[in-house]
Amino acid sequence: MNKQINPSVMKKTLTRRETISAYLFLAPALVFFVGFVIVPMVMCLVTSFFNYSMTEFTFVGFDNYKEMFQDDIFIKALANTVLIVVVAVPTVTAFSLWVSSVIYKMNGAVCSFFRCIFYLPVVTGTVAVTVVWKWMFNKYTGLFNYVLDSDISWLGDSRTAIWCIILILFTTSVGQPIVLYVSALGNVDDSLIEAAQVDGATSRQVFWKIKWPQIMPTTLYILVITTINSFQCYALIQLLTSGGPNHSTETIMYYIYYQAFKLYRYGYGNAMGVILAIIIAVFSALQFKVAGKKNDY
Amino acid sequence: MKRIKATPYKVIAAVVLAALAFFFIFPLYWILTGSVKTAAVINDAVQQWFPLSPTLDNYQRLFDNPALLWLFNSVAMAVLAMALTCVTASMAGYALAKKRFAGRALLFSIFICAMALPKQVILIPLLREMSFLNLHDSMWAVILPTVGWPFGVFLMKQFSENIPGELLEAARIDGAGEIRMFTEIVLPIIKPGIGALAIFTFINCWNDYFLQLIMLNSRTKLTISLGIAKLQAEMSTDFGLIMAGAALAAVPIITIFLMFQKYFTKGITMGAVKG
Amino acid sequence: MKNWKKWLSMLLCAGMATGLAACGNSSGDAGEGGSEASGGATAITLWTYPIGSWGDAATVDSIVAAFNEQHPDISVSVEYLDYTSGDDQVTAAIEAGTAPDLIMEGPERLVTTWGAAGKMVDLSDLWDDEALADISAVSEAVVNACKSSDGVYYEYPLCMNAHCMAINYEVFEEAGALQYIDEETRTWTTEDFGKALQALVDAGVETTGVVYCGGQGGDQGTRALARNLYSADFTNEDHTEWAMNSEAGIKGLQQLADWVDAGLLSYDSGAQAADELQLFANGTIAMSFCWNASNESNYAEQVDFTAYAMTFPSDDGVPELDGGIYGFGIFDNGDEAKIEAAKTFIEFVCDDETQGPESVVASGFFPVRSSFGNVYEGSDQEERMTVFNSMMPYLGDYYNVTPGWAEQRTAWWNMLQNIFNGNDLEESVNTYIETANAATQAAMGE
Repeated sequence: MNKQINPSVMKKTLTRRETISAYLFLAPALVFFVGFVIVPMVMCLVTSFFNYSMTEFTFVGFDNYKEMFQDDIFIKALANTVLIVVVAVPTVTAFSLWVSSVIYKMNGAVCSFFRCIFYLPVVTGTVAVTVVWKWMFNKYTGLFNYVLDSDISWLGDSRTAIWCIILILFTTSVGQPIVLYVSALGNVDDSLIEAAQVDGATSRQVFWKIKWPQIMPTTLYILVITTINSFQCYALIQLLTSGGPNHSTETIMYYIYYQAFKLYRYGYGNAMGVILAIIIAVFSALQFKVAGKKNDY
Repeated sequence: MKRIKATPYKVIAAVVLAALAFFFIFPLYWILTGSVKTAAVINDAVQQWFPLSPTLDNYQRLFDNPALLWLFNSVAMAVLAMALTCVTASMAGYALAKKRFAGRALLFSIFICAMALPKQVILIPLLREMSFLNLHDSMWAVILPTVGWPFGVFLMKQFSENIPGELLEAARIDGAGEIRMFTEIVLPIIKPGIGALAIFTFINCWNDYFLQLIMLNSRTKLTISLGIAKLQAEMSTDFGLIMAGAALAAVPIITIFLMFQKYFTKGITMGAVKG
Repeated sequence: MKNWKKWLSMLLCAGMATGLAACGNSSGDAGEGGSEASGGATAITLWTYPIGSWGDAATVDSIVAAFNEQHPDISVSVEYLDYTSGDDQVTAAIEAGTAPDLIMEGPERLVTTWGAAGKMVDLSDLWDDEALADISAVSEAVVNACKSSDGVYYEYPLCMNAHCMAINYEVFEEAGALQYIDEETRTWTTEDFGKALQALVDAGVETTGVVYCGGQGGDQGTRALARNLYSADFTNEDHTEWAMNSEAGIKGLQQLADWVDAGLLSYDSGAQAADELQLFANGTIAMSFCWNASNESNYAEQVDFTAYAMTFPSDDGVPELDGGIYGFGIFDNGDEAKIEAAKTFIEFVCDDETQGPESVVASGFFPVRSSFGNVYEGSDQEERMTVFNSMMPYLGDYYNVTPGWAEQRTAWWNMLQNIFNGNDLEESVNTYIETANAATQAAMGE
């Protein structure tokens, strides 16, 4: 290259080099990301303005969006989805925080034993876990009715069905948060805690005043991930209740599937997908705002 | 280690924890025992806690189906997706975390936003794409979207933040090329992160029932998850057979998890927690 | 810099190479299924729903083998769908352009769904005069069900059956309830059915029967039960509107609700036909509303009582049974050679003098062609099948071809759940009718 190097040119070349090398590093991921996420995402957004089915493809503007909010079942699905999120997210977070705070001080083997136990439902596989719960909830040959000596149609009663779903969702959701919390708590600066204890702080004070702020980033991460997962609850519904009884377990995700794959209303389904994505984004942003306030994110 | 005193709270906590552990293990226990129970035992209102007359009949009927092939398909698919994701995501994550370049902030926000997108809504467009690429009904139709999912990039970016800038600078001054820097400095540091990502991707790919359902239809290309779901017939529910399928699906993945568990937990610690 | 690109491109190449290699492998696998197209051979694919043994690889393989003896130039590879996720897979395949050449199911899918969407091939040339006359001789309804509203044939039928119910003969006997059934015609009136329920309860039977409504699995049973009680029509004559909001329809549903309230009958919003059949097979309940010839043989091993097939009770004692008409349709994949090959396969399976009856036997149902006669004659199934055959004359209107069928099914089981959960009956029925009619209109508008 040039023998005489002008510093400003060099700087420019360096930045350019850096940019090129960065994009080269990014290239493989971008190929997949753009090809199999962004492109279909844009197609999804575009087709949400069409009356798009197996036979038709006509532009209808915002009709799909308007229809959605007059669709009682969609409203019901929205309410159920929000219920699932509102119940599952705090309980998953609180539960995993509690479990972690109990087990993180235990000796290595015991701690990792518990971590594995709570992670078990995740690694067992969604379908495998779902079918065994289906059996346990069975009215006639299920374990629950046998143990409780009851005669309840767990998944067939609109009062219990959604709670059964939430329970299963819960058991498959706490694994990762516990692993995260255990390590986060382990990373809390010991000297701070000891200093506080010397000053006579109770263990409760130590927890809320010292540990809690330090694990805040983890909490935030867990909140966001759990929210996204809960919003997208689908396979459980599909395999257990098909949205019943009387739409009491209908979630948006399941309703999208129903509209697209059972009724071939792809455009309408895509419009609901867009709305769902917006709702998830708003929820996540809110969590960042509220929980992230004290953090240097 | 701190002094552990047996306060009442701790005793109660231990008891509750033990009960919970039981509750979390139980479904797996019920799968395993259910898979060796006879239909008569399973369909009885009075359930057996322990299979008193175990039978391998369910497994025999399971293997009337190409169940091992399904298992192999699942494993091959998940492993390929895992390998590809680890390579692409660690490179991209490193670039996003440690390089300053035009469009970096924008790119990262797009990655983040895409994570909120419900996967199922892009299935119909994805189907079109896969048929255009002539990949429908091949495992690549499941692998490619899994690799494209932005979570891996996000995770690896978080890990790569831990790489000390001075180390990179020093290497650069020593005349190391980009590739050497990546393989000799970056990779060793983010190795635990890759471990975590590997397990995540493996599990996600394995569990992505719907994507598999839509993309695969030949009997010889099914995955074990699809296979189990298929065992539920419309006019009969053969729980013994289904449990055998579930056991076949669960045991290998649990084994892999237990083997790599250490890596995984170590990895997850560094990355996500950092924020 | 140079290094860089080399490294990256090597990596990408490696990725691509593994990709291609694996693709190659997977298509190789498919070849083993027998679809390898070499020389002048045509390879076609057949997807079957589990219609009797048509869902069973061993049986279908032997049929394909018999076909290949006569037509070695056409190779057929088969995939087996299930009713839980089969529709989704077909939808996906249609959208992906990988739909099979041949598919086996009934008019509600072949004609009303995929045919109406323009995805199927017109099969009029298979319906020659001989076939038309032969099939009409059995039932005009079958002919009508196989063609669309504008007269295009999208299905070529192989077999049919009538869905019925079954009772636990011994339990009925013990309860002294046999007096309420007509053992000769296997019919009963609504009034007698009510008395039989009462007799069963009086005799200490805990659960007589379960009106299952946890999903669409086996919903023909609950439909047939509700509409027969007071001989209601399920749709109007033209199959353009749903009709269970008629006086007779509401009366029938009300009767069910009353029986449930009185403890004479149960319901379960969490159960589908599979669960109910299992209960029946276990002897837990005294009757099943989802019976037919193929269920009888499937559960034969588990049942240790006499599962006695009955028609559904109706006020006039003349039931109208729901039927199934199963046959083949061809997806229009734009390849004339494949379409021709698929037609050849259909002709062999459905029309061939020796194969035709065997194909019917594989389904466990009855032929749509009168020339096949009694396909079970002389077999060990003859006695059993005679019972079911005697019910065929009760086959009612095949309303499953009404557009909007799929949405109606969901609305139906949700309506039942609504009713049994104590909501206002008429309101629930009206909601169901509104939803279903809206779907029908939307489907017809296309």
